[in-house]
Amino acid sequence: MTGEDLKSLPLEDLHKAAGARFGGFAGWSMPLTYPPGVMKEHLHTREHVGLFDISHMKLFEVSGPDAAALLDRACPLQAAALELSQSKYTFLLTEQAGVVDDLIVTRLGPERFMVVANAGNAAADEAHLKALARDFDATVTPLDRVFLAIQGPEAAAVLLKAGIETDAITFMHGLELRHDWFLSRSGYTGEDGFEIGLPEADARALVKELTADPRVMWIGLAARDSLRLEAGLCLHGQDITPDTDPASAGLMWAVPKEIRAHGAFIGADALRDILARGPTEKRVGLKPEGRQPVRAGTVLTDADGKPAGRVTSGGFGPSTGFPVAMGYVAVPLAKPGSRLFADVRGTKVPVDVHPLPFTAHRYRKG
Amino acid sequence: MATTYFTEDHEWIRVEGGVATVGITDYAQEQLGDLVFVELPEAGKALKKGDVAVVVESVKAASDVYAPADGEVVEANGALSGDPALVNSAATGDGWLWKMKLADESQLSGLLDEAGYKAHIG
Repeated sequence: MTGEDLKSLPLEDLHKAAGARFGGFAGWSMPLTYPPGVMKEHLHTREHVGLFDISHMKLFEVSGPDAAALLDRACPLQAAALELSQSKYTFLLTEQAGVVDDLIVTRLGPERFMVVANAGNAAADEAHLKALARDFDATVTPLDRVFLAIQGPEAAAVLLKAGIETDAITFMHGLELRHDWFLSRSGYTGEDGFEIGLPEADARALVKELTADPRVMWIGLAARDSLRLEAGLCLHGQDITPDTDPASAGLMWAVPKEIRAHGAFIGADALRDILARGPTEKRVGLKPEGRQPVRAGTVLTDADGKPAGRVTSGGFGPSTGFPVAMGYVAVPLAKPGSRLFADVRGTKVPVDVHPLPFTAHRYRKG
Repeated sequence: MATTYFTEDHEWIRVEGGVATVGITDYAQEQLGDLVFVELPEAGKALKKGDVAVVVESVKAASDVYAPADGEVVEANGALSGDPALVNSAATGDGWLWKMKLADESQLSGLLDEAGYKAHIG
């Protein structure tokens, strides 16, 4: 991606004023780090509260008498079974059961759902959902929102001080708190936290209030990545792609049993085939020995030097204090303790399969 | 009297008595962010100008540091094994990367001086 045609966040001026360093991601010019740096930003989020501008991500409202039916066709989902305000992690799949995107769907009303999509896939997701919607009495409406994540053990306290009461919401629930506001208890760090989509003017007022609180620090994309990797959460485009399926990715927990057996979602037949045969590789956590990070794209071999897998995300875990990675390995080796080797510029680095997450989740499940 | 050169790749090279001490500039460490690992060369390793001599790893990415001239590594900065963040806190001092005996010091003559480097990074 060249720097010329990157889109700017609506709040870019605030990030510049905060001293952010920018870089391109999924077509957007994004704050990568702020003056404290990735290490302090990461640790601050785990101890206090991190504020992230994730407005590159896209919110869609899916509404109409067939809204649930449309979502059930697009995703391995039972949208009609969702309770009001319940959120569900799901995906758009190809006919071959490859992951086109991962999404969070929240029920807003009897015939209304909120869909949160990844930045890099937003345009394709919109086209895909709108094309499907032609066969249903349902409308897909992209929303123009600033999207903020407020993450960390003090997130609820900080929001309360800013006048936002969150006690009624537990993990993976969301609701329309005010006109054109969407608040969900969710995130990408493994910590308790919230994501809020809201109009730009409201966002500016909220950010002003939040950043005046000493418990809150702006957090860039670099720490967002290290936080989610420690939490064992997938990054679409790396850990899950149209070439990987939910079974190999270890994400079948997101597919209701009833849907596995009888769902008519796109990719259902292929996914059932994969499940019947058993996936040949599995996504696992990987812990390189020593301090040297093992990066995405690194090939993994077994003790005999035979190909055994590949790394899809890798970096250093500021909270773990050691390098952390994720990748796909052949099923017989996909269990904690299996020893593999990564070829890092000609050096064989021992890598052990490690349980995910690396850092325990601290969600507030009620 | 030591002479200090700079490369457009954000390295500094301090030469004294035919031995060059090489590090990355403060600007470079700021761009890279917190370093978590530095892959250092062994003493005695022969380097050609442009070879990857050191790899510095931040939380997010690995970056190569090149040999600015031909020569032989005489020492790597062992302190960085335990404390790679020294490169962040003291890029042009205690955070030096390696020392090399230069084969031909004149290979450095085309490099930038401090004023030239400052102009380069703007």
